[in-house]
This record gives sequence, C-alpha cells and structure tokens, in this order.
Amino acid sequence: MGKRTIIPFGPQHPVLPEPVHLDLVIEDETVVEAIPSIGFIHRGLEKLVEKKEYTEMVYVIERICGICSFGHGWGYCLSVEGVMGVEIPERANYLRTIWHELSRMHSHLLWLGLLADGFGFESLFMHCWRIREKVLDIFEKTTGGRVIFSVCKVGGVRKDIDEATLKEISSVVDGMKKELKELADVFLEDYSVKNRLCGVGYLSKEDAAELAAVGPMARASGLKQDMRLLGHGVYDKLGFEPCIETAGDSYARCKVRIREVFQSIDLIIKAIEMIPDGDISVPVKGNVPANECVVRLEQPRGEAFYYAKGADSKFLERMRVRTPTNQNIPAMVKTLQGCDLADVPMLILTIDPCISCTER
Amino acid sequence: MAAFKIGKVVLRSLFKKPATLMYPVVPRKWEERTRGHIDININDCIFCGICARKCPTNAITVDRNKKSWTIERMQCIQCTHCVDLCPKHCLSNENTYTTPEVEKVVDLHVAPPEEPKPASDDTNKDSVEKKNA
Repeated sequence: MGKRTIIPFGPQHPVLPEPVHLDLVIEDETVVEAIPSIGFIHRGLEKLVEKKEYTEMVYVIERICGICSFGHGWGYCLSVEGVMGVEIPERANYLRTIWHELSRMHSHLLWLGLLADGFGFESLFMHCWRIREKVLDIFEKTTGGRVIFSVCKVGGVRKDIDEATLKEISSVVDGMKKELKELADVFLEDYSVKNRLCGVGYLSKEDAAELAAVGPMARASGLKQDMRLLGHGVYDKLGFEPCIETAGDSYARCKVRIREVFQSIDLIIKAIEMIPDGDISVPVKGNVPANECVVRLEQPRGEAFYYAKGADSKFLERMRVRTPTNQNIPAMVKTLQGCDLADVPMLILTIDPCISCTER
Repeated sequence: MAAFKIGKVVLRSLFKKPATLMYPVVPRKWEERTRGHIDININDCIFCGICARKCPTNAITVDRNKKSWTIERMQCIQCTHCVDLCPKHCLSNENTYTTPEVEKVVDLHVAPPEEPKPASDDTNKDSVEKKNA
C-alpha cells in the first residue's frame, strides 16, 4: 500500500467553469476516495417564490441554469398549471417540445465540446461549438434570447413560430445531421478518443439503480429511465423511445448523448410536420389554489423534479426543484473510486455537472 | 484510418471562410426578436406603475408625482414581462444592447411638462438623462 495523499480539486479548476470541490484521496496515481462538497453558489431561488407572484417567478426560475433554462421554465409552468388545473393548447405543447429538444441538442453539443476539451482535443471542441452556434441562432430568432428564452409562461408560451421559420428550423437541423455524423465518427471511432473513453469510469446497472443515477448516466448503464416516457409535451405522439447503452463506461455515456442529439433532430422534424394551428396560450387569472403538484421532467442532464404548493394567494407557498446533477453526484463519486488521477476531470465531466442547477 | 478521423473536417475548414464574424469590423446583425434592452416612449406613459410592481427583479421604479420612470440597466433581465403588461403599450423591446459600462447605470426618463403640449411627435430621447448610481 502506497502513501495516501489528499489532493484538493476545485472549486476553481480549468476543466469546470462552475465551482465544485473534491477532496481526492490518492494512493500513488490512483484515486481511492473522493469527497465532494458543494455550496459555493447557493442563491436561494426557492425561497424567492414567497415574494414573487407565480407569473413573474417563471423568469427567475429559468435562471437556475443557463443551459437547461427552457426545461426549468417548462417544469415550473407544468407544476403551477397542475396546481391550478390549467389545460394548455396543443400548439403550445408542440412549441414547448420543439424548444426543449433544441435545448437538448445545444446542451449535448456543449457537453461533447467540453469533453473533447477535457481530454485535450481542441479542434474537436471548436467544431462541436461551431455546430452548436446554429442552434443558438435558431433560439435567438424564435425567442429573442440565446440561452435564456423567457418564452414559457403559465398557460402556454409567449411567442409563436410562423410557418416559414418552422420550415427553416427543420431544414437547418436536418442539414446539421451530416456535419454531426462526421464529428460523431471522431468521438466513437477515433483511436485516441477511444483510448481515453473506453472502460474508464465504469458504473454497473445495479450501482446506477442503487445510487439513483438519472439521465444519460443511468441510460448508459442500461437503465431504461427517461421521463419523456411519462407523457409531458407531445413525446407520446412523436413515438419517442429512449436511447440505451449497456457498457456503463465513459464511452457509453458519450454514445448515449450523441445518439440523443440525432434523436432530437428527428423529434424536432417530426414535431414540425405534425404541429397543429391554434392558440399558443390560455389566459390564466386568479390565485393559485391551496393544492400541490409534482412534475418529473427529462432535462438534457436527466430527471428534474418540481414540487409546487399553492396557498390560495398569488404567491406559491413552496417550490422545490431537484436537479439531475444533484442525483448524479453519488454515482460520480462511485466512478471516481479506483480511477487514475489524470482521468478525474473527464470523469467529472461525464455526468455533465451543472453546479448552478444543483445549488439553485 | 481510425487515428485521423477528424482530418477531413479540419482540412475542409482550412479552406473555408471562418465560422466566426470579424467583429467589430463586421457588425453583428440582431434578430427582430432579440431582447436587447427595454425602451420607453415617455410621452405616452400614464405612470400607473404596473411595470414596476410586476418586474421580477425590481429593476423599474415609477414616481407618479415626479412623473419619472427609472430603470436599473444592470438589474433588468430583459424578460420583457413589463412590455407585455403595459396598458398604454409605451414600453418596447429594442433589439440592440446598451453600451457596456463599468458602473451600474440607471436610466431616468422624465415626462415633459404638460403645457404647452408639443405639436410634433417628440421622441423620448430629449428627456433622457443618464446618471450613475
């Protein structure tokens, strides 16, 4: 047995723009234990619901995260609509699904770029972000914002997308397929990339279930767990089936996300073909009744959980958001045990951590 | 060969024009919906204060007595909630960003005196003052 040393990792580290701190207990070059600590950027957004009206709060909730901002807005709106018993128009549901899937594309492309950056493949990182830029341009054209959209509201959506723009979106994302295929080949077949990913950070199916891993992390270990199957949005009409891999290593997690980007493109094109005409929102007035609602929404990083409780006033009594990174931290700690010190940044990346989400 | 998978992409991009803009030589084109900043036509404002009460970040202050409308630019999150709620439609979303500042900027708009009423349709620009908070 070698000498044990503790190496602090973060909260400021080049590989992560967000603050998470890990105490890595290492023996020679091998990590034997990782002790995470978070809490550097807690903002108290859940407490704010007591002071902001439920219609205003959606713009604050969106700012929990800069990447899955639409998902947070949607999850909040779904939970408040559940409490109030509001049925939203079909077109709004389609639009929400399209924006959410575009968010997934931009989140996964961002992650793929960061992963490439994590293992030192700079040009691959740049090309991933070059493609992602097209998705951001679609966002800016349709919502007015590149990362924070402010289009979701209780009762529907605030902005419509006209027929010509929908066709344009369809052709742009379809055109991205070819470029993505080339980059996917690099991630999945390149010799040096495979060397860094294959067999690294193995998480078994049993461990994933026991440690309550969510999202691509769970699906890469063979768990069929995707909240899109629960029926929010129009996923049931689009014939959605989750992407599942069984290897459980970093390569499988990368593969799940690459497959999901292609799947998102197909879902967007299908949703644009099927989108009906009609209203985009219903008027919602009055207080939030003393009722409660739970929503589980599949975000790019995994399952997010929303709980809303009304108090017969314009303010919610309680709002609880549990984000996917929060759930994936135990699984991340498990994968870190026994890995090489050089693989630590990449293994942390493979859960796609979003610390701002986790701390709210 | 599996070791040079990215070679084709790299070679192609070598002979293509850059994906980025040569900013600031080539200016960025903003979309119509881009949420740049909130502007007000102060002549139409009735100082009801709905925008101030409904602002998620309390960036707007309305003083009915002084007939002034103030926005803290750094606090505003450009959600355009106020634009949707304004009963006189005097608030608007402009698709250009405000200039970068090193200090927190507060834009103060004061309504012109009621009498004599100007015949021409003055824009609010004359009555805009900038002060640093």
